[in-house]
Amino acid sequence: MRHLFRTRYQQDIALWRHNGDRFWYALLALIVLLAPAVLGEFYIGELGAVFIFAIAGVGLMLLVGYTGLISLGHAAFLGIGAYTNAVLLAQGVPFLVTLPIAGLFTALCGAAIGRPTLRMSGLYLAIATLAFGSIVGTVFQKWTAVTGGFDGFAVPTPYVFGMSIEGATGIYYVSLAVLVLVLLVAANLLRSPTGRALVAIRDSEVSAQSMGIHLARYKTLAFAISAGMTGLAGALFAHYVRYLAPDAFDVLLSVQFVTIVFVGGLGSLRGAVLGAMFVRLLPQFIAVVRDSLPFGIGRLPGLEPSLFGLTLVLVILFQPGGLNGMWLKTKQWFQAFPFKRQASFRRQKSYARSERLR
Amino acid sequence: MEDTARILQLVVNGAASGCIYGLIALGFVLIYKATEMVNFAQGDIMMLGGFVAFSLIAWFHLPYWIGALLAVIITAAFGYALDAIVLRRVIGQPQFAVVMLTLGLGFIFRAAAGITWGYDSVGFATPFTNKTVNIGGLVLGEDNVSIIVGTLLLCAVLYLFFSKTRIGVAMQAASQNQLAAYYMGIPVRTIFSLIWAISAGVACLAGILLSPVSMIDVNMGGLAIKAFAAAVIGGFGSIPGSLVGGVIVGIVEQFAGYKLPAGFQEVTSNVVLLLMLFIRPQGLFAERMGKRV
Repeated sequence: MRHLFRTRYQQDIALWRHNGDRFWYALLALIVLLAPAVLGEFYIGELGAVFIFAIAGVGLMLLVGYTGLISLGHAAFLGIGAYTNAVLLAQGVPFLVTLPIAGLFTALCGAAIGRPTLRMSGLYLAIATLAFGSIVGTVFQKWTAVTGGFDGFAVPTPYVFGMSIEGATGIYYVSLAVLVLVLLVAANLLRSPTGRALVAIRDSEVSAQSMGIHLARYKTLAFAISAGMTGLAGALFAHYVRYLAPDAFDVLLSVQFVTIVFVGGLGSLRGAVLGAMFVRLLPQFIAVVRDSLPFGIGRLPGLEPSLFGLTLVLVILFQPGGLNGMWLKTKQWFQAFPFKRQASFRRQKSYARSERLR
Repeated sequence: MEDTARILQLVVNGAASGCIYGLIALGFVLIYKATEMVNFAQGDIMMLGGFVAFSLIAWFHLPYWIGALLAVIITAAFGYALDAIVLRRVIGQPQFAVVMLTLGLGFIFRAAAGITWGYDSVGFATPFTNKTVNIGGLVLGEDNVSIIVGTLLLCAVLYLFFSKTRIGVAMQAASQNQLAAYYMGIPVRTIFSLIWAISAGVACLAGILLSPVSMIDVNMGGLAIKAFAAAVIGGFGSIPGSLVGGVIVGIVEQFAGYKLPAGFQEVTSNVVLLLMLFIRPQGLFAERMGKRV
């Protein structure tokens, strides 16, 4: 078992805790970079989609896992990012400009929704984003001059430094680059005073406020960053699907994003990536086993949403740490072997906490 | 004259659908006041209640009144069990976890209803279907009138229950201060489960009242998003507020359907909700707030 002996305060906020971290992440980076040379087209495409969902997952993790707010309208932000990117590309703006603009514009939309809502308790954000998502969905359908309505919108092929980004491999590398960027931004944000302010708000709004943290400002900031990252994911998503349809960005997609965060494990960036893998792989898994399930369960129309619902319920009730928590427990078990104790992971008795202002 | 009659008609229709939104919102508010949870599955519980009533009346051929009463009781028992088995476990977990838990439960209910009753719309005969009453020259559908009258009756019953009966007062006490309620010997956990039962029963009643107007189907729980608008307008914590909010949303929606092009009626309630949050987020019936640390 490794024991860190801290001699400097810098070590507390270091990105890499020790050389082991550096080694394993470097190995992971190497594997991920070389994967297209080994795997087939289909798997690379799916991995690209996992990366895109992971980008949105990291954004939502900042909001849900670190700030303690919930959004049920992130599909709308994905859609805003996707349409902004696609429409600007169709106007002839280069991809390296449209991508950041898609992110920034989505972040602005997030701030516009968050600013008035976040003066109230976090529940209002959940309700407001639910309403916002449905309004945006209607706008995508009705504003045919820009979005093409139900006819769809063909996304032009992007060019980076004169090279066209086509096929699964191109999207894969671009998504990977953006994911790494987003992860670095999130990790650096979280070790800055701003990140600690967000965590303080999550743990107790009253004590955060009494430490001098401006609640509405920091919540709006977190929401805007989260929306912006989802907008970036949306821009890439547009290229992944190649053809935008307005009904792709519905509540179910928002619930999938939140499932990423919960299944991955609240309060861990690693969890966001793990959760994205789970959420992308579950439909594939269903497709594989669909025909071998008994009683025709596999052919029920509402199977996928209900499985997402079931997963959410089970994770919240029985495994609040999510996949990341399971990983940590396994690691702990091996490190402490053979001295695992029953009490190590027993959950503390919890009591009702009141956020009520009365 | 033609126009006045038309407008009155719209107002009554709006008030009727608004009462339904108000009843669902009432369910949110009851649970929120007591446990600080928001039940995102409320609309789906209404759907389940509607289907239970449908089975009792259309399959078992019970008379309408007995079937409706039984359905309300069954759904209320379901609500009690839901709290006692599932939601009591998440006490102390953050609020957003409960939001996602109830949302997940909603998806499961929808799938379970789809398996049990199928994905087609169903309806059953009620004493109010396709009848009209004539009030002072104004011709109204009896279904709409039954919704409004039913809601008013239910409100009177709930008001008497909360203010006059011992258990109703205990519920108020538990909502206001859990700890003090414990000290006074109130079984707070049972009380909370009972509140869930009442709110599920109210949702079931909403489903039954709605059934002559629109069919029962698996996705009717989507109405809940309009009920959120109602609850927010009412200030999320005020029972009369949620009903007034519901009626406002219903009437605005009717007029939007009358004046605006097709397709915009669906989002009116969402727009109203967002506008309300921008202009007066604490709602029309806000309580004075201050934090005691």
